[in-house]
Amino acid sequence: MSRVLVGVKRVIDYAVKIRVKPDQSGVVTDGVKHSMNPFCEIAVEEAVKLKEKKFIKEVVAVSCGPSQVTETIRTALAMGCDRGIHVEVSGKDYEAMGPLQISKIFAALAKKEEASLVILGKQAIDDDCNQTGQMTAALLDWPQGTFASEVTIDGETVKVVREIDGGLETIKISMPAVLTADLRLNTPRYATLPNIMKAKKKKIANMKPADLGVDMVSRVEVLRVDEPPTRLAGVKVETVDDLVAKLKANGTI
Amino acid sequence: MAALFKAGKALGLCVSGCRSLSSLAELPEMHQMMRQTCRDYADRELGPIAGKLDKEHLFPAQQVRELGAMGVMAVEVPEALGGAGMDYLAYSLAVEEISRGCGSTGCVVSVNNSLYIGPILKFGTQKQKEQWITPFTTGEKVGCFALSEPGNGSDAGAASTLARQEGEEWVLNGTKAWITNSWDASATVIFATTDKSLKHKGISAFLVPMPHPGLSLGKKEDKLGIRATSTANLILEDCRIPLGNMLGSRGSGFKIAMQTLDSGRIGIASQALGIAQAALDCAADYAHKRTAFGAPIGKLQAVQFKLADMAVAVESARLLTWKAAMLKDAKKPFTKEAAMAKLAASEAATFCGHQSIQVLGGMGYVTDMPAERHYRDARITEIYEGTSEIQRLVIAGQLLKEYAS
Repeated sequence: MSRVLVGVKRVIDYAVKIRVKPDQSGVVTDGVKHSMNPFCEIAVEEAVKLKEKKFIKEVVAVSCGPSQVTETIRTALAMGCDRGIHVEVSGKDYEAMGPLQISKIFAALAKKEEASLVILGKQAIDDDCNQTGQMTAALLDWPQGTFASEVTIDGETVKVVREIDGGLETIKISMPAVLTADLRLNTPRYATLPNIMKAKKKKIANMKPADLGVDMVSRVEVLRVDEPPTRLAGVKVETVDDLVAKLKANGTI
Repeated sequence: MAALFKAGKALGLCVSGCRSLSSLAELPEMHQMMRQTCRDYADRELGPIAGKLDKEHLFPAQQVRELGAMGVMAVEVPEALGGAGMDYLAYSLAVEEISRGCGSTGCVVSVNNSLYIGPILKFGTQKQKEQWITPFTTGEKVGCFALSEPGNGSDAGAASTLARQEGEEWVLNGTKAWITNSWDASATVIFATTDKSLKHKGISAFLVPMPHPGLSLGKKEDKLGIRATSTANLILEDCRIPLGNMLGSRGSGFKIAMQTLDSGRIGIASQALGIAQAALDCAADYAHKRTAFGAPIGKLQAVQFKLADMAVAVESARLLTWKAAMLKDAKKPFTKEAAMAKLAASEAATFCGHQSIQVLGGMGYVTDMPAERHYRDARITEIYEGTSEIQRLVIAGQLLKEYAS
């Protein structure tokens, strides 16, 4: 039976106030609190639940980046993943790393590890790309169940309820497949103290993108990063007629 | 010369305990992860309800169960007995983070771990551990510790609760006062005199399930702070328990109590740190946002000096607490350091609680902001598990011993 690959990304913590670097090349990351991307937490939780329900045998947590990402992998291990893989990427390669490079890495690992499922968060809260899952499925030529709010395994197929603009869509896809987790898929567990202790003994393997035959060259160049425009104070009006008049006057309607 | 040598030896004892000082600068990875997990739980699950728990005097039963599932209600208990199997430093970090979210919940965690489970873990038989510890690791049940009486708090040796043997039973009579968790507990470690003539060497420790015939609870005290915990008298009227319910040997009750309180002090120090930190966080955040005289009040030196003093008080108390915990984990003597930690942390908590209200001004005085709750919660830490005055006596006693010639 099966092995699941779960991607976990180390991002700036959701509660931190983001500041743009003075040279506008990116945001300030030094000394800033980082944690696991919330959608990745949901992905890990789903994988661990599937293992607890005995649908899968092993959950492997994967993260790409410099040495600090091992903290994120350890958190995944403390939540119940069996082992981890740290794909080392640092310096310029890390700054330029995007969904294309990550999906190539995950596709290669999925084949190497003979995974039945790759579960990712639907997007990362730093770049909001929402592309990695889809690209990974395309590279592998596997079916994809994205924006999953419910996952049920039935033999060799997976029933996925997807959150789409119009409501909920239920699809059935065959394994192996790629799933991406949406907000309502589950509520991630807190790592228990005994599991944090156990996580210390679990293995994290190291490798480089080159070992997987992946080139990290980016096709995207970031030209500039700006703060969003400062919000101006609103204007209060007395009646609905005033509101309509003002909206007409400034060209909104 | 002899005096110098002895003082040097005492210093050496301190130095060897300080070899782990480097880890005071950065905690080991596992401890960091554990601290983060507790912090996340406190921020998301305790912070939002702490005000309500305080206002309505509600025991956080659900949260205690969730903390039990995480292993926080029995941090030091070996895994074989159902605990988390971690060390005292980890326990201190857990209590601090939980207390930062809710001072009352931190108190429940601390009492269960240090005062109830602690003595049973150290002095109990294997059978007693399985019967009285394992069910109390999950958060489904909590325990309490009954030493103080209406007639004696600091004067613990004057226990007037009596225990007499009648056949295969102990019969307990007397009243215990100020018992934290009393109305929510399923068992207690209780101290009673078995041999009045032996004075404090005639006190023994017992395990009593709750509820139990012959044991009744007094009215819940209406407290200034930590209002989500229940505090009441335990009244024993011919309360009968099997002989096997004695904890440790006959006459060792006072020793058990003192050793339990030694470790418990690190727990209370940690609770005080959490409350102090919460007060500091509240004040520092407010200093950024509140403007007066045309700028955030954090720009004013008067406010800056207060925040700096608060930060120094908390951080120095924290290092004392960690050192005491690490000495205990290394099985080295830690009585003096634990007393220093409790003294420093509790005084830091009341100081920070006070200054935090001052920084917030009028806003600090109303219940809309948590500053007033931190002020009220902090106050008990200077009193229970050994008043600040007792801590000073303990520290001076240890210190003078080191310099004795």
